[in-house]
Amino acid sequence: MHRLTARQIITGVIVLILVVIFPLVIRATFPIHVMILVFLFGMLGIGWNIMGGYAGMFSFGQAAFFGIGAYTSSYLSMSFGINPWLGLVVGGFVAALVAAAIGYPCSSLRGHYFAIASIAFAEIVRVVFNNWKRVGAAEGLSLPMLPESFTNFMFHSSKLPYYYIALVFLLISLVVCYYVATSKMGYYFRAIKESHDVAEVLGVDVVRYRLIAIMISAFLSAVAGTFYAQYILYIDPESVMLLAISVQIVLISMLGGAGSIMGPVIGAAVLIPIAEYTRTTLGYKGTGVDMLIYGLLIMLISMYQPAGVWGFLSRIGRKTR
Amino acid sequence: MNNATCLEVTGLSKWFGGLAANKDIDFSVQEGEIVSIIGPNGAGKSTLFNCVTGFYKPSDGKVTFYGRDITRLGADKVCKMGIARTFQIVQVISDMTVLENVMTGALLHFQRIRPATDKAEEILTFTGLYEKKGLLATELTIADKKRLEVSMALATQPRLLMLDESMAGLNKVELHQIIDLIKKIRDKGMTLIVVEHVMEAVMKISDRVIVLNSGKKIMEGTPKEVVSNPEVIQAYLGEKYRVVAK
Repeated sequence: MHRLTARQIITGVIVLILVVIFPLVIRATFPIHVMILVFLFGMLGIGWNIMGGYAGMFSFGQAAFFGIGAYTSSYLSMSFGINPWLGLVVGGFVAALVAAAIGYPCSSLRGHYFAIASIAFAEIVRVVFNNWKRVGAAEGLSLPMLPESFTNFMFHSSKLPYYYIALVFLLISLVVCYYVATSKMGYYFRAIKESHDVAEVLGVDVVRYRLIAIMISAFLSAVAGTFYAQYILYIDPESVMLLAISVQIVLISMLGGAGSIMGPVIGAAVLIPIAEYTRTTLGYKGTGVDMLIYGLLIMLISMYQPAGVWGFLSRIGRKTR
Repeated sequence: MNNATCLEVTGLSKWFGGLAANKDIDFSVQEGEIVSIIGPNGAGKSTLFNCVTGFYKPSDGKVTFYGRDITRLGADKVCKMGIARTFQIVQVISDMTVLENVMTGALLHFQRIRPATDKAEEILTFTGLYEKKGLLATELTIADKKRLEVSMALATQPRLLMLDESMAGLNKVELHQIIDLIKKIRDKGMTLIVVEHVMEAVMKISDRVIVLNSGKKIMEGTPKEVVSNPEVIQAYLGEKYRVVAK
């Protein structure tokens, strides 16, 4: 599965070219905004996939890492004038450290027990931030306006820079995921996903490799968080730490295909436009309609194609080859 | 056969609440031997396996492997020391191919995929699964799955291989194939401990047999000695062996 075929490379290059010229052809801001969210959630999905899809730790708490990333860089930039790019890296490491600190005591938890613990963890983080005066509590943080520039990670006149930065972030995440999946780590993650017993009997240090998976996942999610903060320029616990965000990340990855490199990106490309367009066309009356469609898709996927859209595509690909 | 002591178990006990699954068990295994552990269901064979391989922490007693104390080591550390095992219920990685399964085991001694794959192919040739290397583990028959599990264990390059009922549920042909494989593994210089119910196989392959009953070792000896011991016949083999033994 790991040597890329010529066909996959060609498809990838064509898609990439289309994505690169998309905002130059379609000049309306809303489709560009939707695409940025697709990239962002694709990245979050990849982060989830490394721990959930490969290592079998079903996290419903990714929003905590996303939020920690967003808060760290925003707080550092507001209080100490630290450059957001540096804040992005710091946020990634803070999230990874928090992930290790919470992951270690959870290292014997499997399956739904792990999932429950991850929800509890994310909710605790959200409640803490909601009451933590220093970081704005429930009012959140508004990033101060700086002159637009790449160095300031802030652009006011156009969404295009955000679009390309998000795209590059997504591509880097894909490369990270490809590297993980095709290395020793990736095989050890999959052994752990099968069962801790089979992994240990092959000499895999389960606790250590689970922590590695969680930390990579947290780091990627936190980087996405900083991007979000720099893009929206306002964050509060409701917008970056809600359980609904965690759930959406899981759904995206499952729909696209957990445990495959491209799965989460495809999942984001299907679900995010549905969510955004139902929300705008139906307005507040339509609240929840995207969730209805999600639910329906998830039911169909789990009944007919448990390997997700990616599993479906690669099966067709194999047939027509 | 040389005289190095491979495994030494002294005074090993394992309590589950008030129940002693293993009570004060002593035995040792010399390098290059095949030792079988037999006994009725619930005798504590699998518990003993789990205590030796680090899946359980013994309540009491000591396990040494080539003179080193491994009593308190976790299962993955025990594997790194050079003890590999299989499970009574086959454990393979279901969404990987046969080759990937074995390669994952080989990664214990290799950092990169390429050399680990080469090692895995070598092992699959040895165990006779090479032709099926591209199949998913789930697509194998039960006999092949057991063979795969043995291949995965071998891939970690152990000095001691412990097989837990690798012959249960096999037909005659498959049984002979696995017996041949076990002998081939021994001929490569590996030491084996085998938990087995299939007496035909136990008789054929074992240098020594250890009999457990109700968590205790009731005897130890050559296969011949064991099947003619009245206590063993009483506890485990049944009366038909009294005739055979004569």
